[in-house]
Amino acid sequence: MNINILSTIMLLVSFLFSPILHAQVHEKMLANGLKVIVKQDHRAPVATAQVWYKVGSANEYGGITGVSHVLEHMMFKGTPKYPLGQFSQILAAAGARDNAFTSRDYTAYFQLLAASELETSFRLESDRMAALTLDEGEFLKEIEVVKEERRLRTDDNPNALTYEQFNATAFNSSAYHNPVIGWMNDLDNMNVADLKVWYESYYSPANATLVVVGDVQADDVFALAERYYGVIPKRDVISTKPRLEPAQKGSRRVEVKAIATLPYLMLGYKVPTLRTATDKTEAYALNILAGILDGGRSARLSKHLVREQEIAASAGAGYSLYSQHESLFMFEATPNTGSTVDQLEQALEVEIKKLQTELVSAEELARVKAQVVANEVYQLDSVQRQAYMIGSLESVGLGWQTMQTYAANVQSVTAEQVRAAAQKYLIDDTKTVALLTPVDS
Amino acid sequence: MWLRNLFLLTVLTANVHALPDINSWTTSKGMKVLHVEASELPMVDIAVTLDAGSVRDGQHHGLARLTHSLLNKGAGELDADAIASRFEDVGAQFSASADLDRSSIVLRSLSDQALFSKALQLYIKVLAEPSFPAKDFERQRKLMLVGLEDKQQTPAAIVSDAFFKALYEQHPFAHSADGEIDTINALKLVHVERFHAQHFVAANAVLAIVGNVTQQQARAIAQQINDALPKGQAQKPIATVTPSQQQQLQIDFPSQQAHVRIGQTGIQRGHPDYYSLYVGNHVLGGGGFTSRLVQEVRSKRGLSYSVYSYFLPYAQPGPFMLGLQTRADQVDQAIAVCRAEINKFIQAGPSEDELALSKQSIINGFPLRIDSNRDILGYLSVIAYYDLPLTYLHDFREHIAGVTLADIKSAFSALIKPESLVTVVVGRGAQD
Repeated sequence: MNINILSTIMLLVSFLFSPILHAQVHEKMLANGLKVIVKQDHRAPVATAQVWYKVGSANEYGGITGVSHVLEHMMFKGTPKYPLGQFSQILAAAGARDNAFTSRDYTAYFQLLAASELETSFRLESDRMAALTLDEGEFLKEIEVVKEERRLRTDDNPNALTYEQFNATAFNSSAYHNPVIGWMNDLDNMNVADLKVWYESYYSPANATLVVVGDVQADDVFALAERYYGVIPKRDVISTKPRLEPAQKGSRRVEVKAIATLPYLMLGYKVPTLRTATDKTEAYALNILAGILDGGRSARLSKHLVREQEIAASAGAGYSLYSQHESLFMFEATPNTGSTVDQLEQALEVEIKKLQTELVSAEELARVKAQVVANEVYQLDSVQRQAYMIGSLESVGLGWQTMQTYAANVQSVTAEQVRAAAQKYLIDDTKTVALLTPVDS
Repeated sequence: MWLRNLFLLTVLTANVHALPDINSWTTSKGMKVLHVEASELPMVDIAVTLDAGSVRDGQHHGLARLTHSLLNKGAGELDADAIASRFEDVGAQFSASADLDRSSIVLRSLSDQALFSKALQLYIKVLAEPSFPAKDFERQRKLMLVGLEDKQQTPAAIVSDAFFKALYEQHPFAHSADGEIDTINALKLVHVERFHAQHFVAANAVLAIVGNVTQQQARAIAQQINDALPKGQAQKPIATVTPSQQQQLQIDFPSQQAHVRIGQTGIQRGHPDYYSLYVGNHVLGGGGFTSRLVQEVRSKRGLSYSVYSYFLPYAQPGPFMLGLQTRADQVDQAIAVCRAEINKFIQAGPSEDELALSKQSIINGFPLRIDSNRDILGYLSVIAYYDLPLTYLHDFREHIAGVTLADIKSAFSALIKPESLVTVVVGRGAQD
C-alpha cells in the first residue's frame, strides 16, 4: 500500500477515538413502555424531537397497503383537545419545522424548533399519540391528497414505477413486497375504519421511541417526557408475524413499459442486513462492498462504467445495512446515448465477477474506510441527522449503540471478507432484474 | 388574541441567543471573504461563489454548467480518477454547480491540519487550474444531452423551464442552466476554456469559510485561493429585467397529473419591500400547513399534495411563483382556487391574526436557519455575493417584526398584477 494513503488512514482512524463521536446518549424507559433517548448537542439553541413508531409498510397486508402512510397524514387532522388546524397553528407560532415520514420499517414524526419550545412539541405530540380524532370527512379529503402524492411520486415517474415492480418481484410474499405509499386500488378502497384499527394497534407508548437531540439537559427532557407522555396508559404491543420470504430459487426478470424517454435498469440480490445476519461481519462487508462500487466519484461504477467505458449516464449501488428484514443489494443504471440496458447489465456482471475473483486493493479499501470516518464527523453538523440515526436504529431493533460501534466495525473489514461476501451473495439464483422500456403513450 | 401576546414574549427571549460572529475582509485581488469560526466540530466548509451562473452563458446555453462539471475531471497533471481519489482518500467532499445567477465550488473537509491541507491544495488546483481534457469534455457534453432527455420525461422540469421562458423571454434568466439540444451540440472545448478564464477570477468571486479554523487560519486559506486566481474583472451587471406579460400556456404531456406554475417577475435581492413581501407570502403560500394556499387547495379540497408560493430574488428581479400538481381533470378547478386566493390577498391582505402568526413563526424559527455550519456557509455566501449588510442575520428578526399590514398590502398591490400573471400547465389538459 502507498505509504501516503496509509498515513492518511491512520490519521482518520484516530478520529474514531475522538470524544465527539462518543458523546453520551441518555436513555430512560417510562412505566408505560415508551423509551426516551436524549443526546445533548449545545452548538445551537435548537432541538429536534422525534417520535418513532415501529410500524410501516412492512406490517401491512393485501387490501390495506399504504395504511401506515395514510395514517401519518391523518395524524395532522386533530384531536378533541387540539381540533383540526390547531396542531399546525401552535407549532407554526413556536417557529417549528414540523413533518413526518413513513418507511417500510417505521413511521416518524418530528419537530425541529428552538430548544426553549420543546414543551410545545411534547404537549402536542403526546396528545396525538393517545387521542387522534380520525374524522371521516377529513379522511375523505386527505385520501385524495395521498393519491395525488402517489401520482406525483410513482405513477408519473417511470423510474419509480420500475422500482415498485422490481421490489414486488424480488419480494414475493414477505414484508417488503408492497410499496410504502400503497397500491392505488387499495387507496381507492381504504376507509377510516382501517385507520382506526391501525392506530389502535400500533400507536401505543410501548411501540414507540421518543428521541431528542439538541440544546437540552437529559434530566429536564426525562421530566418533561414523564409529565406529557408518562400519563398515557400502557397498552400491550401487538405481536407481528415474521413473514419471512421463501428462499429464492432462480433469477427473476420483470419489464415495465412506461411513458419515458430513457431506459433504466435495476438489479438486486437478496442479502442479510445487520439485524438478520447470523455473522454480523458479513453485513459490514456488504456495506464496504457498496462503498467500493459507489462510495464517491473514485468508486468503481463511476470510474469504469461512466468515465472509462462511457456506457452509463449514471450508475449506482446500494445496501441498506439497517433494514429490519432481509433486503437487497441493489444496482441501478441509466444507459448513455448509444448504449443499451443489455450492455449495462453485462458491464455490471463484469464488475461483480471481478469482486468475486479478485481482492479489492488496499487503497480502495482504505479510501472507503476514510470516507466512513469522515462522514461520521460530518453528520454531527445536523441534529436531525443524529436523531434520525438513533430513531431508526431503535425502531428496527438494533439499538442506538450500533451507531457508536459502526465506524470501528467497518474499519475491521478485510479485503478477503469483501470478496467472500460478493461470492456468497451476488449470485444468479437470488437475483432480480427490472428493465424500463420507454413507450410514447 | 393569544397569538399576539405570545408574540411579544418570544421576541424578547429570542434575542438572547448569540449570533455567529462574522469576520470579513477583502483579499489583495478583490475577493470578498466572510468567515465564521465554529470550533465545536473538527471540520471546515469552504465555498467560492462566482458570478458564473447560466446568466453568463451568452448564446452557449449550458456552458456554465458544463464548465463546472469539468473542474474535477482534470487539473494540472491530475486526471479525473486521481482527483476523485485524492479528495476521497482524506475524506473530503467536493462539489461544483452553476445555478441561474451564481455558481458555487464547495469543499467539506476534516480540519485536521494534515488532511485539510491536502484537501485545500487539491481544491485550489481544481478551481484555478482545470485542464479540461478533450475526452472528458466530450463525455460530459454527451451526458448533458442525456440529462435533457431525462427532463423530457419529467413534467416538473418541463413546467419550470417553460415558466422561466415565458417570464423572461429574451433575458438571460429565460433559459435553463441545462441548455438545449442545439446549444449543447454546438459547444466546443474552447468555449469552456474561455468561460473559465473569464469568470474564475478573484474579482468575480466571493469566499465563505465556516468551521474549525481561526481568523488567522482563514486569512491564510483566503490568501492561497487569492494567489492561485488571476485578479481579472468582475462581470458587468446583467440586463435589467422587464416586467413579465400575461400569458397562458398549455403544454401537452401524457402524465396523470397536470403540473401548474402561476406567477410573474418579482424582486431582486435587497429590494426595499423584501421583508413585507416575505412575511406576506408566508401567509399566502410560504408558511406550509398554515398558509392559505395549503388550506384551500390541499386541506379543504384535497386537490394537490404540494402547493406553495415564493419569491426567488436574484441580483435582478427573480420570479414570484406559485406551483401545484393535480389530477388532469381537476386542473381548472385548482387554478381557479389559486387565482381567487391571489386576488383576495392583493385586495385585502392578511388578517391581523394571520400576520401575527406568520411573524411569530418566522421570528421564533430564526435559530433553525443558522443551526449548522452548512446553513451558516449558505448565508455567508449569499450575504457576500449579493452585497447584503454584514448585519443581515443580526437585523433579520427586527425587520420581520417591523412589517405591518399596510406594508404588506402596499407591497403586494404595487408588485403583483393578477391580470398579468403567467400561467403554464403541463399535462393532458382538462378537456381529456
